[in-house]
Amino acid sequence: MANIRPLIICEYCDSVYDTAPLTKNQKAHCVCCGAVIQRYTSVTVQQRLALCVTAGVLLVFANCYPVMSISLQGLQNSATLWDSIVALSDGPITLMALVAGISIIFAPVIQVLLLIWVLVFALANRRSPAFSLCMRWLESLRPWSMLEVCLLGAMVAVFKLAGLLDVVPGIGLAALAVLSILMIKVAGRDVRSLWDLL
Amino acid sequence: MKTPPQAAQLGLCLCHSCGRASARDSCLHQCDRCGAALHPLKPDSLPRTWAFLLAALILYVPANLLPVMNTSMLGSGEDSTIITGVLEFWEAGAWDIASIIFIASIGVPAIKFGALTLLLVTCQRGSTWACRERSKLFRFVELVGYWSMLDVLVVALVASLVKFQALGNIEPRAGILFFGMVVVFTMLAAMSFDPRLIWQTSVRRDLKDE
Repeated sequence: MANIRPLIICEYCDSVYDTAPLTKNQKAHCVCCGAVIQRYTSVTVQQRLALCVTAGVLLVFANCYPVMSISLQGLQNSATLWDSIVALSDGPITLMALVAGISIIFAPVIQVLLLIWVLVFALANRRSPAFSLCMRWLESLRPWSMLEVCLLGAMVAVFKLAGLLDVVPGIGLAALAVLSILMIKVAGRDVRSLWDLL
Repeated sequence: MKTPPQAAQLGLCLCHSCGRASARDSCLHQCDRCGAALHPLKPDSLPRTWAFLLAALILYVPANLLPVMNTSMLGSGEDSTIITGVLEFWEAGAWDIASIIFIASIGVPAIKFGALTLLLVTCQRGSTWACRERSKLFRFVELVGYWSMLDVLVVALVASLVKFQALGNIEPRAGILFFGMVVVFTMLAAMSFDPRLIWQTSVRRDLKDE
């Protein structure tokens, strides 16, 4: 069988390679198409779990506190991420509320929950129940999780409104900023390394 | 440098979910490690990508022509489309924000249409031209894909904030639905395109030469 030693197949051109031992900050490129085929994973299971718990706490902050507040002639209003999705849900454009909801709330929340579940068991060197299902979901959710886009969107919204009225960025925005960086670190492609560890 | 062997030549098949190299005889079934469906190539890659791309292209027209939001301040309402939103920022002197919105909302979808059409046409004609560069182009399309959601999220946030009835009110309009659908369909198009098709013909030619 060909499965005895781990081989890498480049997903962009189907070239086959042996795994190479990598040191810190090294990555391997495919000689054929130039894609990155192997990267040194510097985060241990413990570190990743710690970062995921942090991300979980930040998710609560980002969702419970307003992203920003505005005031106009004495009237005040503030909006959380959920409020912004509700704003899309009335009228004929309800479908967009679903897409936005998945990309800025549901996908990141499910990602973090799945990661914590999988990593708690990985800490004990065990595969969690439904391990492969969780890992496949993590893989399919990744492209739909758009927190960094949401962060840029919130900043553009601040500038857009600043001309009309007074805008104050809220705790939610700060949480969003840290969270979007954290998600890139913990929920990236290198989650796959768990397959080899366990 | 020696060219590496192809998975097809070695009778191997890549699992797209966990990255495992499986023997090809199990290819029509499931990955023995993670249970995801295995395919030597993504199923119906070219027709599916064409379908998603054309759907996105059709929706791109109303997305740009219809208003994405309505701003009413002190009784006077005004519809704005994506391009008028960019122009407003530009005229107000905020060229940096104007260019961010322009690149994310108009540039990125346009680049995706151009790049995916180029990739589809060259793959269908079995071209061996600039394989490495086309491969890079595809990775770029994958990378920038979801940034076009920017405008949808901006409109959502702004509309949820400015709710002061007669004094000032911002509401989303139908354009944003079409625009969001364009983003979703172009993302699906990029996902259903199989970048290995870029290399397939050159490999076949090599085999013939040997």
